[in-house]
Amino acid sequence: MNLALTILVEGLGYASYLFIVSLGLTIIFGVLKILNVAHGAFYAWGAYSCAFLIGELSTMGVSDLGTMIAIPIAALVVGVVLGSAIERTIIRNLYGRDEVIIVLATFGLFLVLEDVILLVFGVDPYFAFQPTLAMPGVQIGGIYQDGYKLTMIALSLVVGLISWIVLNRTHWGKLVSAIIFDSELAVAMGVNVRRVFYVVFVAGAVLGALGGAYIAPTISVSPGFGVEVIVLSFAVVVIGGMGSIGGAAIGALMVGLLRAYAVLQWPEIELFVVYAVMAAVLIFRPEGLFAPAKARKI
Amino acid sequence: MKPMRYAGVVGAGLAAAFALSAPASVAAKDTVSLGIVAFLSGPAAGPYGVPGRNGAEMVIEAINKGTLPAPYDTKGFAGATVEAEYIDESGGNTKQVSEYRNLVQKREVDAVVGYVSSGSCAAIAPVAEELQKLTVMAVCGTPRIFEEAPREYVFRTMSHATADNIAAAHYVKEMMPDVKSYTGINQNYAWGQDSWRDFSLAMTDVMPDAKVSDKPQFPKIFAGQYGSEISALSLDDAELVHSSFWGGDFEAFILQATPRGFFQQKKVVLTVGGVSAYRLGKRLPDGVAIGSRGPYGILVRDRDTPLNTWFVETYKEAYGEYPSGAAYQYAQAILATKIAYDKAAEAAGSFPDEKQVRDALTGLEFESFAAPVKMALGNGHQAITEHMYGIVQWNEDAGELGLRDVKVYPAECVMPPADKTSVEWIEAGMPGAKC
Repeated sequence: MNLALTILVEGLGYASYLFIVSLGLTIIFGVLKILNVAHGAFYAWGAYSCAFLIGELSTMGVSDLGTMIAIPIAALVVGVVLGSAIERTIIRNLYGRDEVIIVLATFGLFLVLEDVILLVFGVDPYFAFQPTLAMPGVQIGGIYQDGYKLTMIALSLVVGLISWIVLNRTHWGKLVSAIIFDSELAVAMGVNVRRVFYVVFVAGAVLGALGGAYIAPTISVSPGFGVEVIVLSFAVVVIGGMGSIGGAAIGALMVGLLRAYAVLQWPEIELFVVYAVMAAVLIFRPEGLFAPAKARKI
Repeated sequence: MKPMRYAGVVGAGLAAAFALSAPASVAAKDTVSLGIVAFLSGPAAGPYGVPGRNGAEMVIEAINKGTLPAPYDTKGFAGATVEAEYIDESGGNTKQVSEYRNLVQKREVDAVVGYVSSGSCAAIAPVAEELQKLTVMAVCGTPRIFEEAPREYVFRTMSHATADNIAAAHYVKEMMPDVKSYTGINQNYAWGQDSWRDFSLAMTDVMPDAKVSDKPQFPKIFAGQYGSEISALSLDDAELVHSSFWGGDFEAFILQATPRGFFQQKKVVLTVGGVSAYRLGKRLPDGVAIGSRGPYGILVRDRDTPLNTWFVETYKEAYGEYPSGAAYQYAQAILATKIAYDKAAEAAGSFPDEKQVRDALTGLEFESFAAPVKMALGNGHQAITEHMYGIVQWNEDAGELGLRDVKVYPAECVMPPADKTSVEWIEAGMPGAKC
């Protein structure tokens, strides 16, 4: 029982941050048809900005709990400023281009943004552990879990719920759905597709940065750590189906729970398990488990 | 014969005669160029690469000025000024091999010094042999470098991982004699696998009644998140946890495990913990046992010898902090290279060629900044030094991290003899160990 509970909590904790980052990646792909390799840079920039801000706030005497305000600020500032700048200057020149060109361009952008991090923040790792100290530990399944991880699970539920409501219950959501279904038809119906593209890209960037900002207090924020998350996010999105929010949630859950099971029961296969699942999905259902339906054009 | 052709023949003849009459030794050089490789970006830069580079930089500056304490107060490498080019070790083994080839074939450096990661060293060693370039490895720990193949051009100036783990087993026996079971968390590559293998093998010799866990953890290097692994270790009945984590991984593990009360629940021995001790300060939990891969960093901070006092004070003045293990280890590699050049020049009576330097470095014994070093293994290419462990204790009065119960283990106690590999020696019960 203790083992099952621990696998559940660890799996959910890992899945939660992966879901937030993957959600940004998948909505950008679903709407813009851009496979954004630079998404890992939003994550890294979010983490760095958050760690830097937490350090500054702590120096100013803000309480450990109070430093958590840095998380939404970093996510919004990085997502909106960096996301807007990149969409306006680079991404909008890629709409409708060949997939290979898009991947190469965003990969180049990722490398540039990673190097700019070194320029701005230096090579030393940042520690921003204050928020984790503010959360009391909780005994679950016979072991202590840090309270911060549990808030991360709650945040991912909130983010998932808000995304679902926006896409299914608002005017904007209907515009986005129309573009996902058929962008040409949406243009013909008078939808300002470029504007929707811009808003969706920035929203995706905010989600990427939010994932980084929220994870920052639990890790040593150091150069190059955006690579790991972009690879895992691709795995999540491929498993769930490119462009599917539900798919991202299921993909993240599968990756999180399987990884937790492997670590706790079969550590030797931990490195392999995520990619094994991805390979299996690609063999039997290449479009992913929950790929959105495509319109059949006559 | 036309006058011009005659002049040409005479000129060529004179040049040939001059060349033949020149001494067989290499002409004196004004400079010796070194390629120094360390992590200058990425998770290992702050704890390892940057202090390593600082240690090398500081010692090279002192060598060029002739201000190292005696007996190393002669200027330069055999009188030649040292010019260093610093290369980033991050980016993976393929990149490192390219960088190495670039240093040797395009930059034509006289020697390459450095490397933190065992992965880098394992990739570079055969290339160094192929390109026939003097390469002095400063930090990396895998014993395989000299145990899997003889090397002519590659040297390592500190003990390898076996010493860390045998010393850890001895320290556990001395300080935590009641431990009945143990597990580990180590990175999933040569360094982590070798460290766990050596520690668990040594424990079967040193504490044969202690039971090893069947679920040691091997997360990917630079994974950054260890929540699941910490849970797995917490659920494991093992009382002791061994880890050879280093760099950003080590710091992330400490930060993630502390709020979960992990260090109150388990006894922990961290073979490389000393390297990040100053960076973590009070965040490094009281009561954990740490090593620093030998007599380096916080373990020898207060050792009162002229060389060590100079090293600690000069470093603190230059960089505003105490030198960590990496600073010592890079400085030691540079010092060994200087001694080899000086010794070779003295023997040759002129500026030495590369082979003479390698011959001088082979089997060299010298007093380093904190302890003696003997190039005793791998046909004189692999160093052995004493080893140390201590238990972390925050000093509230001084406002800085301190250690208690520091123990020193002789080199011959924790490193195998020249005729045996680490595994052979430990499996045979470490015969002849002088502890």
